[in-house]
Amino acid sequence: MPFHQNRCCRPVAGNGPIGVLALQGNVSEHIEAFESAVNNLGLGIPVIPVKRADEIPGLLALAIPGGESTTIMRLIDQNGMRETIQTFPGGIFATCAGMVIAARELTGETRFTPLDLVDITVNRNAFGRQRESFESDLAIEGMNPPFHAIFIRAPVITRAGPDVCVLATIKQGIVAVRSGKKLILSFHPEISNDLRMHQYFLTEVL
Amino acid sequence: MILEDLRFGTELIKRGFASMQKGGVIMDVVSADQAGIAEDAGAVAVMALERVPADIRSAGGVARMADPKKIVEIMDAVSIPVMAKARIGHFVEAQVLESLGVDMIDESEVLTPADEEYHIDKTKFTVPFVCGARNLGEALRRINEGAAMIRTKGEAGTGNVVEAVRHNRTILSEIRRLKGMDDIELVKRARELEAPADLLIETAQRQRIPVVNFSAGGIATPSDAALMMQLGSDGVFVGSGIFKSEQPELMAKAIVEAVNHWNEPSVIAEVSKGLGDAMPGLDIHALPPEQVLQTRGW
Repeated sequence: MPFHQNRCCRPVAGNGPIGVLALQGNVSEHIEAFESAVNNLGLGIPVIPVKRADEIPGLLALAIPGGESTTIMRLIDQNGMRETIQTFPGGIFATCAGMVIAARELTGETRFTPLDLVDITVNRNAFGRQRESFESDLAIEGMNPPFHAIFIRAPVITRAGPDVCVLATIKQGIVAVRSGKKLILSFHPEISNDLRMHQYFLTEVL
Repeated sequence: MILEDLRFGTELIKRGFASMQKGGVIMDVVSADQAGIAEDAGAVAVMALERVPADIRSAGGVARMADPKKIVEIMDAVSIPVMAKARIGHFVEAQVLESLGVDMIDESEVLTPADEEYHIDKTKFTVPFVCGARNLGEALRRINEGAAMIRTKGEAGTGNVVEAVRHNRTILSEIRRLKGMDDIELVKRARELEAPADLLIETAQRQRIPVVNFSAGGIATPSDAALMMQLGSDGVFVGSGIFKSEQPELMAKAIVEAVNHWNEPSVIAEVSKGLGDAMPGLDIHALPPEQVLQTRGW
């Protein structure tokens, strides 16, 4: 499916709010970015932090933010959210640690089992340590001008299944994919001061 | 992606790293085994040390950067970020830590200061820094020098949360008092606080300091950690509080959960059951002045 079809004000299906998984990490930045994106598009969808499993089924979409994937994953299990997220039929917007959590499998990682939301294999901390974190303009399928992407101890996708649409690739691997109502990114659009990824999710992916 | 356009160590990258730690617990560890326990418990990062602050306190003498061998051992043991401490003003210790690949440097008053006039110029580094502060002026001076994260100092190695509370409340109330001031009043206030005016104006507008703010220094129980969260902290550092307690594994997990559920007393009650003894505490008022760590740095 083409990245940008001019349907930016198409009302989104479903009624519930957008939830941002608020266990650990860059939660408030995601809430603010989604609120701005919703306002820009005139959609009037509320955006709420989500800490409990019973808040998830009523959502339009769930964002899994950046943070420490081992910590977030442990808290997902501790709070009994694993199954609820796995069976959630709405949209998923996952960035950085969220990509690790959403993966089917992880390379060289035995510390936890990811949620298998998307048929991808992910390499955690693919770039190395924090000093290797970087920002750069990233060419994304159908997006012009390029998106200024911020990679912080970022993961990359080393294998994408047949139903997964690859949106951006760099030397180290795939860094943006879409699969059904799910958008999975290695980088942090919530701190780029550019709402195009959030708006694309609201208008094209959901 | 155009490779020559890659930019490393920018302010956005440094502050972004700190931001990913929000809602988390950063734990002091002195061995690969302890680092593994911290990671399994759900720590967002570990602070690699040769001795925890309580032991630094009892050892006395000059406390320096940890042995690089120890730091590398800890870095090899875990997949979460590893931080390490350099002495205040000791930019060569910081260069050494950066070359080892630590993910964040703590320019820390827990070690003996190497410079009594100047802190490290943190803008010169690719790796981000966290620095201690007791009040808003100190926090903004550190941010102006390039710190990507602030932690309130508290009094490390005491197991007594009173100073952490004091420093946190001080910063909160100093920020609240900026409300309603116009720019010219803020510039005057900046002079009084010995803080850069632009950072003070930004703080007044956002009603928070411009970088992530954690609490540290004396946090010893799940309730202590939740207390700091309810006082507006973005997360907590736990130093001696975990591995000086009777059952470190249980204490580490309980503190992580208390930070996650910081406003749910029934959960904090549940995770606090049967943890055994917390670390032994010290009365701040009984400390001789030369043993007070928080007054190091300015």
